[in-house]
Amino acid sequence: MAHEKNHDYHILPPSIWPLLTGVAVFVMLFGAVVWMDTKDNPYMFLMGFAGVLYCMYAWWAEVIVESHQGDHTPVVRIGLRYGFIMFIMSEVMFFAAWFWSFFKHAMYPMGPQSPAVDGQWPPAGIETFDPWHLPLINTLILLCSGAAATWAHHALVHEDNKEDVKNGLILAVVLGVIFTFFQAYEYSHAAFGLAGNIYGANFFMATGFHGFHVVIGTIFLFVCYLRVRRGHFTAEKHIGFEAAAWYWHFVDVVWLFLFAAVYVWGQ
Amino acid sequence: MVDAAVHDHEHEDNRGFFTRWFMSTNHKDIGILYLFVSGFVGFLSVAFTIYMRMELMHPGVQYMCMEGARLFPAALDECTPNGHLWNVMITYHGVLMMFFVVIPALFGGFGNYFMPLQIGAPDMAFPRLNNLSFWLFCTGVALGVASILAPGGNGQLGSGVGWVLYPPLSTNEAGISMDLAIFAVHVSGASSILGAINMITTFLNMRAPGMTLHKVPLFAWSIFVTAWLILLALPVLAGAITMLLMDRNFGTTFFDPAGGGDPVLYQHILWFFGHPEVYIIIVPAFGIISHIIATFSRKPIFGYLPMVYAMVAIGALGFVVWAHHMYTVGMSLTQQSYFMLATMVIAVPTGVKIFSWIATMWGGSVEFKTPMMWAFGFLFLFTVGGVTGIVLSQAGVDRAYHDTYYVVAHFHYVMSLGAVFGIFAGIYFYLPKMSGRMMPEWVGHTHFWLMFIGANITFFPQHFLGRNGMPRRYIDYNEAFALWNYVSSIGAFIAFGSFLFFIVMLFKTLLSPKNATENNPWNEYADTLEWTLPSPPPEHTFEILPKQEDWDKQPSH
Repeated sequence: MAHEKNHDYHILPPSIWPLLTGVAVFVMLFGAVVWMDTKDNPYMFLMGFAGVLYCMYAWWAEVIVESHQGDHTPVVRIGLRYGFIMFIMSEVMFFAAWFWSFFKHAMYPMGPQSPAVDGQWPPAGIETFDPWHLPLINTLILLCSGAAATWAHHALVHEDNKEDVKNGLILAVVLGVIFTFFQAYEYSHAAFGLAGNIYGANFFMATGFHGFHVVIGTIFLFVCYLRVRRGHFTAEKHIGFEAAAWYWHFVDVVWLFLFAAVYVWGQ
Repeated sequence: MVDAAVHDHEHEDNRGFFTRWFMSTNHKDIGILYLFVSGFVGFLSVAFTIYMRMELMHPGVQYMCMEGARLFPAALDECTPNGHLWNVMITYHGVLMMFFVVIPALFGGFGNYFMPLQIGAPDMAFPRLNNLSFWLFCTGVALGVASILAPGGNGQLGSGVGWVLYPPLSTNEAGISMDLAIFAVHVSGASSILGAINMITTFLNMRAPGMTLHKVPLFAWSIFVTAWLILLALPVLAGAITMLLMDRNFGTTFFDPAGGGDPVLYQHILWFFGHPEVYIIIVPAFGIISHIIATFSRKPIFGYLPMVYAMVAIGALGFVVWAHHMYTVGMSLTQQSYFMLATMVIAVPTGVKIFSWIATMWGGSVEFKTPMMWAFGFLFLFTVGGVTGIVLSQAGVDRAYHDTYYVVAHFHYVMSLGAVFGIFAGIYFYLPKMSGRMMPEWVGHTHFWLMFIGANITFFPQHFLGRNGMPRRYIDYNEAFALWNYVSSIGAFIAFGSFLFFIVMLFKTLLSPKNATENNPWNEYADTLEWTLPSPPPEHTFEILPKQEDWDKQPSH
């Protein structure tokens, strides 16, 4: 009985990566505390961070190898999709906390007589960005990037045109990098700081976590580009690509909410 | 099959110790790891409470002194009260129990072990990720323990801010202890979210052929509902404590009115997570109790579908009632009215569950085996806690009870007694399956009665203390509260004694030869798939997927 099976699920051999990841996360977070405490000692954090990155690389490399061995049967692929969709759902709820803080402070700003009389929003002395300049351009850039990812997706699934897949992906990645660059430029010209005022706290944390997700998504798309070059994806089997595309659209949608709420409505 | 070579072991189990327990991709082994580690943390966390009950046994401060914490009472004039130590005990009892004991035991331990078995799946959907959940849980425990021992507020070790980590207390607490605690909660949340993704995917994608959603056993359903609560609630907490971290270390003012922030915002976001958390803790216990009551009443569970949808309803309602924890922060009457009404609505699906359990026993042939005793205990204690919950849901009444021992009694009845009795019921029910060894009946009954009596003596008088106005979280109290505090402490010592007795007898049982190796040591009403397997089950189960007749007792439905 132990020698046979009649299912297509993926039963895995033992793996060292979860344990090593757990250790690396401990070193990284303990190091982060040390860094925040001493202000000038990032070394333990960096060691842990390197460990986490290495574990991620090695783990996902193993996943790719398993995929090529044929372990990712149709039912396993469905499971991977479910898993990734739920990961995105948890990310949505994470952003819910930042939007919650933003809307609370924008709709019921604190003032000297709170909560009987609300204060004002944006707070006195805060000069917000004009949404119709760089933020609008950035919105278009990110939307174009999403469209480029979709172009690549269609080229992969419907046309089996590898050149278009590569072109679409590289375009999406480049636009993503430009978006990040413009965000950094915008941050450096902000008329308000992160510390000491609630507008800056909400603005930088919400858009900052979004920017962090843009960076991750860009890397994810770039990995997909490298994998396309190596011929990893087929029209039927491209979970990694699909996940990257979903993630990128999720990042897009979060930006649209940020743009509409933080930049336009809350200016 | 392609990966057959990997699994073509000559023998059933030829893994080395390190490979089996440190590199596991096996849901049963990971479940056992979860149970042991959460049991260990549970012991630590219970030890804190015993120390607290020693301190509260008599008015005045005798144990937690600035001159040094001691285990034997000091004369009052020799002891300067160390309020920080007290606050640290309070804080870590809560943090550890909430994040590192009950969720890992019920969701991680029993969920991992039995949910895949009940749906006839050969393992979890993502077996390696499953182990990452476990090791991140251990990382969280390590950070939590480090936080206790790290420099904190008042020039002492640890943080004394309460498990809810409310600002401004948590943002002003000195030292690195608070930051470590925040990261501990972050990591525990990540671990639970990954576990939830795994459980949901397994449940949706890997049920045995023919097992439609309305035929899935109740425990598997309870884990599914819990997983959704974790998936949607814990990321919000992660956001809230990230704001705390930023306020503490980078000068943001999310919760600091001096910079336009609002400390009450933290309470809202925390409890948006915190109330679902209550159901995350209790719903898996619902699942275990359902199977035990059906088994030892020799009847199928009464009202299977209402039981399922009651859990779903409890889960959904859990997201819209959070501010009933905050009636006294200055909300408008409209808000208070809404949260009162929504909170009371939860009593309806909970009532459906309680009465369905009673109806299951009604006319059944009830056997008073150990797991059934714990299930009875659960029913009684959870109902008491539920009824005081209805009392507390009234915003007007809560004005008097808020932050008194009445609240302490209430939530310990539902969690310390409800969820923990669920855990013990599960251990006694499933130990033969997991280990092939049965605890002797007299041990189970002795443990049960000591714990039941001890826990009631501990917590019932706390209702009186709360009604008399004794506030929570204080190291010392007025002479007028002396009697019931004394009684409560005696109860805590009895309950702790029963816990020690349990630990000794558990290891004695585990180290003695197997005595319950039949597939099903109970009766034919323990009819879910795990009881068709050998005890303990082999390394790989359901490599040949179960047939419908193996588990479907009512195929017409």
